Amino acid sequence: MGLQIGMVYVLLAIGLSLIFGLMTVVNFAHGAFFMFGAYMGLFMMGLTGNFWLSLVFVPVATGLLGLVVERFTIRPLYGRDLNYPLLLTFGLSFVMVEGVRLIWGTIGHAFDTPSVLVGPVNLGFAMFPRYRLFVIVATAIIVFLLWLFLEKTNLGLVIRAGTRDSIIVRVLGVDISRIWFIVFGIGTALAGIAGLLAAPMRGVHPDMGISMLIECFVVVVVGGMGSLRGAVIAGILIGEVVSITTLFYPMMGEVAIFIFMAIVLLIRPSGLFGEVGLLE
Amino acid sequence: METQDRSTFAAWTRITDFASANSLIVLLAFLAVFPFLVPYTAIATQILISGLFAMGYNILLGYTGLLSFGHAAYFGLGAYGAGMALVYLKMGLIGGVLFGAVTATLGAMAIGFLCLKRRGIYFCMLTLAFAQLFYFLALVVFDNYTGGDNGLRDIPTPPISLPFGISLSVATPLRFYYFVFVLCVLSFLAMRRMLNSPFGAVLQSIRENEKRAKSCGFNTNRVKLIAFVFSGFFSGLAGSLYAIYYHIAPLNTLYWTTSGSVVMMTILGGMGTFAGPFVGAAVFLILEDVISVFTKSWQLFVGAIFMLFVIFFPLGIWGTLQERVFYRWLRQD
Repeated sequence: MGLQIGMVYVLLAIGLSLIFGLMTVVNFAHGAFFMFGAYMGLFMMGLTGNFWLSLVFVPVATGLLGLVVERFTIRPLYGRDLNYPLLLTFGLSFVMVEGVRLIWGTIGHAFDTPSVLVGPVNLGFAMFPRYRLFVIVATAIIVFLLWLFLEKTNLGLVIRAGTRDSIIVRVLGVDISRIWFIVFGIGTALAGIAGLLAAPMRGVHPDMGISMLIECFVVVVVGGMGSLRGAVIAGILIGEVVSITTLFYPMMGEVAIFIFMAIVLLIRPSGLFGEVGLLE
Repeated sequence: METQDRSTFAAWTRITDFASANSLIVLLAFLAVFPFLVPYTAIATQILISGLFAMGYNILLGYTGLLSFGHAAYFGLGAYGAGMALVYLKMGLIGGVLFGAVTATLGAMAIGFLCLKRRGIYFCMLTLAFAQLFYFLALVVFDNYTGGDNGLRDIPTPPISLPFGISLSVATPLRFYYFVFVLCVLSFLAMRRMLNSPFGAVLQSIRENEKRAKSCGFNTNRVKLIAFVFSGFFSGLAGSLYAIYYHIAPLNTLYWTTSGSVVMMTILGGMGTFAGPFVGAAVFLILEDVISVFTKSWQLFVGAIFMLFVIFFPLGIWGTLQERVFYRWLRQD
């Protein structure tokens, strides 16, 4: 039931986790990239009216922006304290949100569900909204492809090795900054897709990113940063917590996830799947 | 020509040396006449309140090295605490201010305890998440008392009752400025005392190397919690003054943007320097004031300026000035 929103959390948390795990950069602008992805979708839908084209265009556009950001603003900060990239991307999120406000205005926009995906679908045991099913399946495919990429390709191997120990990887003759560059692009592209997928469910407005980012931080804290499995399970779990609480106490959904986080933190301080002491 | 240059230079360094050695005295002297130097008193009071907030925040970020993204919680708790004390409990002015600050302190104790279970960037995320919790609590759960979206309105400014039946009204803008000024002076002196004490040295040792501080026998977690609580107290004090000054405790005092602004002020001014955050608060508010005359999207410019500072001047305005002056002084003889 809360699965589709959980899936959006999963996509965001994986991107955040991937960037953090490899580069030790907390991308505070991840929510802004999420929002940017939704606006790019809006732009492409306005231009062509084709949802599938947007699905290709959005990650490319968001990823490209991510590459530019990495190259010109984050790269000068490598080697400094971990807080600096965080502070920088925090400033960046201000700039991005305000930039979008300038171009598309402060008010929100509705984002129509593509007509093929409107209406319910019969799953045999229950009726299910078609678009939600699409979000769940699409996310599952993306996560699976990402897993294949990380586990089965040479580049994926280098990325995993870089997460373990970037210095050793550099000693072995890999230009790690190029890997960081690529991973930042992948992470932001994932945030963009998440924004597009969330757009028909939640609408598009300039502030959609920040609340999502905070919820995503909760997912990461609960799941354990740098753990792909943790991101997936915690994302789904938080999605369920939100939707079940909202069902019974409509106003408490937002509060519930923080209480859930506090409980997890008291019982397992390192998160459900986190390794103790990883990059603390 | 050259000798004259050198003597003006020497005079200048003497002034800057004095300023960096006695930054507190310079700051206080400046603040005493500050409302007469700006176009209107309101911005002076705003700067004073935000400066106090940023300096309280700096205890944590600048001196202990903990990056909190949730100080809106303590500022907001202070604002709502003071507001409720004055509106519902009909407390006096000083009582209300203290009530707000104490509420924030208690909040900081509870949240600090939970957040300090994790370190590094997790700490940062947790502080942000818990601050959002307070925001939603004020918005939907306790909206009967907090006024929900509208904020807590009609907060009175009762006169201060002194002994011998004298009561002192602070209802005019200039009088309120000096009321805030007195509280800020007391706070700055207290912070100065704390940061120059052995306890302050332990804080800075944690910032530089926590493991080493721990192996010197300090219970670093407890020290960090105390720093967190002090920081929460001063943030709460600033929040109380804010609510009384504007006669409202608005909901956005608890919103993450409040945490964001205090981070920006502190970085702009220079974290880890005593007066830096105050300078940062002044620059931030003046920038906001000036830019919003020309364009509605002042956040775009403030965000960009902030990014430039993070990349090129991580020491901030005051920190960079201090370093330049200090190094120049070292090179001289």
